[in-house]
Amino acid sequence: MSDPLDPRAGEDTLTIFERSREGRRAFVPPRCDVPELPVEELLPQSAVRDRSAELPEITEPELVRHYTTLSSKNFHLDEGFYPLGSCTMKHNPKLHERVAAVPGHARLHPLQDPEYAQGALELMSRLQGALAEIAGLPHVSLQPSAGSHGELAGLLLTRAYHEANGEPRSKVLTPDTAHGTNPATVTMAGYQVVKVGTDPDGGVDLDDLRAKADADVACLMLTNPNTLGLFDRNIEEIERIVHDAGATLYYDGANLNAVMGIARPGDIGFDIVHFNLHKTFTQPHGGGGPGAGPIAVADRIEPFLPVPQVVRRPGRNGTEPFFDLEYDRPLSIGKMRGFQGNFGVFVRTYAYIRSLGGDGLKEASQVAVLNANYLKALLARDGIAEYLPIAFDRTCMHEFVVSGRGAKERLGVRTLDIAKRMLDHRVHPPTVYFPLLVEEALMIEPTETETKERLDHFAGVVRAILEEAGDDPEIAKGAPYTAPVRRLDEAGAAKRPVVRWRARDENPGDPARAQDAPASGTGAM
Amino acid sequence: MAEASYPDDLKYHEEHDWARVEGEQATFGVTWYAQDALGEVVFFDPPEIGAHVTKDQSYAEVESVKAVSDVFAPLSGEVVAVNEILAESPEKINEDPYGEGWLVRVKLSDPSELDSLLDADAYERLLEVGA
Amino acid sequence: MSRYTGVTDRELREMLEEIGVGSLDELFAEIPEALRLRRDIDLPPGRSEQEVFEELSALAARNRHCDEEITFLGAGMYDHYVPAVIDTLLQRSEFLTPYTPYQPEVSQGGLQVMFEFQTAISELTGLPVSNASVYDGPSAVAAAGYLAKLETRRSRLVVSRGLHPHSRAALRTHAAGYGMEVVEVPLGAEGATDAAAIEAAVDDDTAAVFLQQPNFLGTVEELGELIEAGKRTGALAVCAADPLPLGILKPPGELGADICVGEGQTLGNRLDFGGPSFGFFAAAERFLRKLPGRIAGETRDVDGRRGFVLTLQTREQHIRREKATHNICTAQALNALAGVVYLSWLGRRGLVELAELMLRRTHYAREALGLEAINPGPVVREFAVHVPDLDALFDRARRAGINPGYRLARDYAEYEDGLLVAITERRTRADIDRLAAVAGSIREAVTA
Repeated sequence: MSDPLDPRAGEDTLTIFERSREGRRAFVPPRCDVPELPVEELLPQSAVRDRSAELPEITEPELVRHYTTLSSKNFHLDEGFYPLGSCTMKHNPKLHERVAAVPGHARLHPLQDPEYAQGALELMSRLQGALAEIAGLPHVSLQPSAGSHGELAGLLLTRAYHEANGEPRSKVLTPDTAHGTNPATVTMAGYQVVKVGTDPDGGVDLDDLRAKADADVACLMLTNPNTLGLFDRNIEEIERIVHDAGATLYYDGANLNAVMGIARPGDIGFDIVHFNLHKTFTQPHGGGGPGAGPIAVADRIEPFLPVPQVVRRPGRNGTEPFFDLEYDRPLSIGKMRGFQGNFGVFVRTYAYIRSLGGDGLKEASQVAVLNANYLKALLARDGIAEYLPIAFDRTCMHEFVVSGRGAKERLGVRTLDIAKRMLDHRVHPPTVYFPLLVEEALMIEPTETETKERLDHFAGVVRAILEEAGDDPEIAKGAPYTAPVRRLDEAGAAKRPVVRWRARDENPGDPARAQDAPASGTGAM
Repeated sequence: MAEASYPDDLKYHEEHDWARVEGEQATFGVTWYAQDALGEVVFFDPPEIGAHVTKDQSYAEVESVKAVSDVFAPLSGEVVAVNEILAESPEKINEDPYGEGWLVRVKLSDPSELDSLLDADAYERLLEVGA
Repeated sequence: MSRYTGVTDRELREMLEEIGVGSLDELFAEIPEALRLRRDIDLPPGRSEQEVFEELSALAARNRHCDEEITFLGAGMYDHYVPAVIDTLLQRSEFLTPYTPYQPEVSQGGLQVMFEFQTAISELTGLPVSNASVYDGPSAVAAAGYLAKLETRRSRLVVSRGLHPHSRAALRTHAAGYGMEVVEVPLGAEGATDAAAIEAAVDDDTAAVFLQQPNFLGTVEELGELIEAGKRTGALAVCAADPLPLGILKPPGELGADICVGEGQTLGNRLDFGGPSFGFFAAAERFLRKLPGRIAGETRDVDGRRGFVLTLQTREQHIRREKATHNICTAQALNALAGVVYLSWLGRRGLVELAELMLRRTHYAREALGLEAINPGPVVREFAVHVPDLDALFDRARRAGINPGYRLARDYAEYEDGLLVAITERRTRADIDRLAAVAGSIREAVTA
């Protein structure tokens, strides 16, 4: 296990805490230029720490090496193909990092007087306008921090809307294909989840919807194209049923990348839309955030939007307009978070929209759909399709779902094994085991920024893995072999959770440590 | 336990739970089929002692790494004991679902409910139909 | 063709042929005719990289940022020095461009960062378990309210007005959804939360009590007493905290707090006009399976090598769906990375040195200004004063290139003439003396 010739063993898995040596430092404090009064004179003893927080003591060179080494253990979008369904892993333009880092953006205090933040407020105002045009809905709040946060804002707006009409309702409909965030959001917003079934075509089951859309339903949350990558052909009828019931229609924008400039949720009749700026609009995902989840809404929802709203006021002398933050909104649901939202993300999104323009955004969606259908066609060829049949084989939008059922039955390898073997080919696997109603699902979203040869290569990888599994399924079952680690004991991690590092001497009696602790003094089992 | 088994001395509920009745009390657990479908169990969230459980209703949860499953009461009654071993070793549910992997012991409130449960043969037939 | 897509005409023909359709338009045949946009989307045409850079730079130039004035503005986000190592590390594609670590074998870097982050937050807060971050401080407060509801099934949340106004607002907004009443407890005479008032406000239906250390005015609260008073009827004690002063202040966990949350901007993150930064969420051990969001855990691979995974995922929305502990999925991993790099850069002694410097300068500044303090007791990083003529002060300060701070009246009608002054390691004695000179001229003008 600690073979010194194995580059993956030992030293490079130490945490930063284990690299600490008393007396080292990276930080040199600025000079104290005020009287150095003893802390005890300034703070009551009851408020003062007994011992300092156990942070690492490390030099800058070692700090940089530690995190650089860690970074080398991540697969990332700049390295290779990342067809993670529903996540829209499109290229992150490098310009965006540069414009976000300009001091006028990066070093601007969120409470700066609007008079001295006109550039930031105008950028937000222009972005609101652009998102409104893309959604086909007139009003935008940039505030929510992620898609799920936008969903929650949308349901709180729905609640405020119905309550203002004097008819609080208690249920929200979600299709059984929905992302887990939808039902989780419903509960957090104080509603009860009612699931709607899927028809044999992969769309919403209209009969089931009609039966459930009663006067106590507040909203239907819909992803369209849905999580199967299919545009719901019955969307007009769905819209009628939901609005006839007096409910709002919510558009989960996770899959907006399929339809920019082609169809607009607002024109279809959706009342509330959220955008995932970290999907559709290229905010780098950062290994799990940050993102942003602005919402666009119809006129009847507008009075309830969060505060503050960015507004454009006529110029004071009839000249330049003045951009302001409006707090005086008596019907507002209030604040979803601190300040105005993830402005740094807005800068990148705005740069993207300016770079592509209206025609470029439409082209992005067209190519996203082209790439998905092309890859789907490649995977429908003999040698692949019998093992990974397409679930709901229609023209897809920007993503599609295949089932690993055939591979499981005929080759004895599961979707998980195929995914893990892809890691050895240096491509990221698709989303696996979602949506739930497809057995052994692989959900594939290539995005528009992949070239044809990347798609061809991926199809070749899939074919090679299946052929190899035909010869020897054990290879896939043991994969990956070339990643920094092999398959990890997730059950063990969940049974006896170790969620922080502890110095060994803090817990000398712990038998698990004594028994199987490497020289590093880790708290592993 | 690698091979499926359904002991004859137990009574079964169609939600894949079993009951071993001993006088006024019964021990509950999940069947071999249930633990196999769930995969390696990593956590059992037991009810409190003294809690009332109702036949056909969920009284606890078992979790694997990627799934949560409700556990249904095959019979009604009051919880008098929970299997403390599972807090440290939830894998006992997989290894020995009818022995060390038992979940709770219940003082039955309505012994007549027993009549509605399945015997081992009937439960196995149910599994065959289901599969 | 845009610069980020690259389908040549020839490839387009080949791809359409492989798909079996005649044109791109046919791929959209599933969208009903009537619903398609019949016109071009009404946005200006695309621009070159250079033009976009210039346009955004021109917008940025219309903002006055922290290097263009001496700023005493804080109120939740602060002008701290961000070390160069953070720029270098955060711009690495390996950290910047992966998705959430769904495939742990090729995400060990990000997962180990989360684990280290959780450890650092545990150390600061004195609580054994931490998640891998949430959106920001106020949303972390709101998440704590939801946990309190799930845990206690009670219906009231008692909140000190010493909590950041945005935290209180976010809590109210979220509580309206999950169905809880939020009750505010006013600050006492010296800008500190009054333990007796907290004790009087809690009842058997109170799920949680919310406190902040230091509070919004910079007052160092008697946290132990307040927590004891708040927990009298079995409510959870939630403490929001600024992580830098926690270098010298007693960790909330040691004083009995069940949950400690806070805003992470001060840990190596940019101001960014309010975000993205991160929120942290730490708790007592018994809440481990009730935490919101991602948690990294340590484990082993099949060869026995140390590794890290996202763990306890059954709490989360993608598995537990409507019964999830929270709906969050995307959090703030990159910002949390900045946080743990910053704390490692400061190190064990550096954090204390920085906090002590802020403590001393805060006390120096309060005295130097010579204005009546709203909170005359112990303060750190921020303090509040009554200003005889706030408009005049702002006017003169602005002309001297100084942003004097935050007008409390924006959020506190009770402090109509209040000014909140923030101190960081970037505000030197000379800066403070310049603000003091302006304050002095106001004092003289009023008395004259």
